[in-house]
Amino acid sequence: MEITRRDMLSVGGKLLMIASVGATFEQITGAEPPSDAYRMADHWWGMIIDIDKCIGCGNCVRACSNENQVPKDYFRTWVERYEVPEGYVNPRVSSPQGAINGFPPSKQTSLKSFFVPKLCNQCADSPCVQVCPVGATFVSPDGVVLVDKEYCLGCRYCVQACPYGCRYLHPATETVDKCTLCYHRITQGLTTACCENCPTGARQLVDFKDPKDPVHEFLRNNKVTVLKPNMATQAKVYYKNLDGSVR
Amino acid sequence: MEKFLRDSGHLIRPAIVLLAALGLFMVIRGAVVPKGFGQYGHFRPGALADIRQHPIVYAGQATCVLCHDEEGKVRASGKHAHVACEICHGPLAKHADDPAANIPKLPVVATLCARCHEKDTAKPKTFPQVVTAEHSGGMACNDCHKPHNPRL
Repeated sequence: MEITRRDMLSVGGKLLMIASVGATFEQITGAEPPSDAYRMADHWWGMIIDIDKCIGCGNCVRACSNENQVPKDYFRTWVERYEVPEGYVNPRVSSPQGAINGFPPSKQTSLKSFFVPKLCNQCADSPCVQVCPVGATFVSPDGVVLVDKEYCLGCRYCVQACPYGCRYLHPATETVDKCTLCYHRITQGLTTACCENCPTGARQLVDFKDPKDPVHEFLRNNKVTVLKPNMATQAKVYYKNLDGSVR
Repeated sequence: MEKFLRDSGHLIRPAIVLLAALGLFMVIRGAVVPKGFGQYGHFRPGALADIRQHPIVYAGQATCVLCHDEEGKVRASGKHAHVACEICHGPLAKHADDPAANIPKLPVVATLCARCHEKDTAKPKTFPQVVTAEHSGGMACNDCHKPHNPRL
């Protein structure tokens, strides 16, 4: 039998079609389900912070740094001290070394002052995730904003997009790094390093999908807000009694 | 039939080329895109497992009191009941894994206590604070106070 050019093309085309269908099918069915007991669909993580309890000791910052090997002078969480004059004109904000060693005592008595711990707000509708060009940062099914180090190009779009300044480029890996809400701990039934090490219980890890979690009572009984609510990021870190001067 | 093929050859040939290109694209895509991409969203699901691989550094106080239940009881009866062990003693997951090989050091009291209890106007008014220089006159905090239960 003589094989013409037309025959070649048609047979080759059919073979390619079969191969591509095979490849697509393999891709759809290839993923294995997670084998362990932790079910992502049962959780929706967040945090509650009580401003009236924070003493600015910096234990959370040190704990985070130790737990996650955060490089020196970079912070996944930090504490700010606000000193607000009457009328909210130019509040003075300080955070020496992210408050990793606490604060030098303030002699100021005429100003309203208080501490504000900050961390990634784990936004459900996060600007940082929206701008990632390669799908390296994402909101996990249990509500934690994470970075895939294998996929991150280090383009820093997300660093600029975060309205809370919670991301940085890791100097060693040159990929973006941020608070993971101690994902390696919370998926094993532990609390985050910062919450574990908060001596006054100002920070608490919460699970919005757990009907017994104290967060429901906390949100019902207190005056709470999130940072920059006008950004509509659906932040999941709720602050109790936060002053209007905080940005 | 033969007439049909001859007359519409100019359509069939590019169609075949197009299909071949499409097939090639699908094959390459299948090889390059990681398994399960898009299973939970626009990301690689393997990243979740990667992040969970991170080692734990703070064991958690529930782990500490498994062995140190005496200290746990003393602390639970005092004002420091809600202060977890590792806040003062440092990260000790390695010690929990192998108690003999990783002996924790005692914390330095001078800086440790002051970090929380040094007077600062920004601290909540109800929180016990002292100006350490006036309060102790240079004595160490634990000369008078027991850290696990700080009543005099």
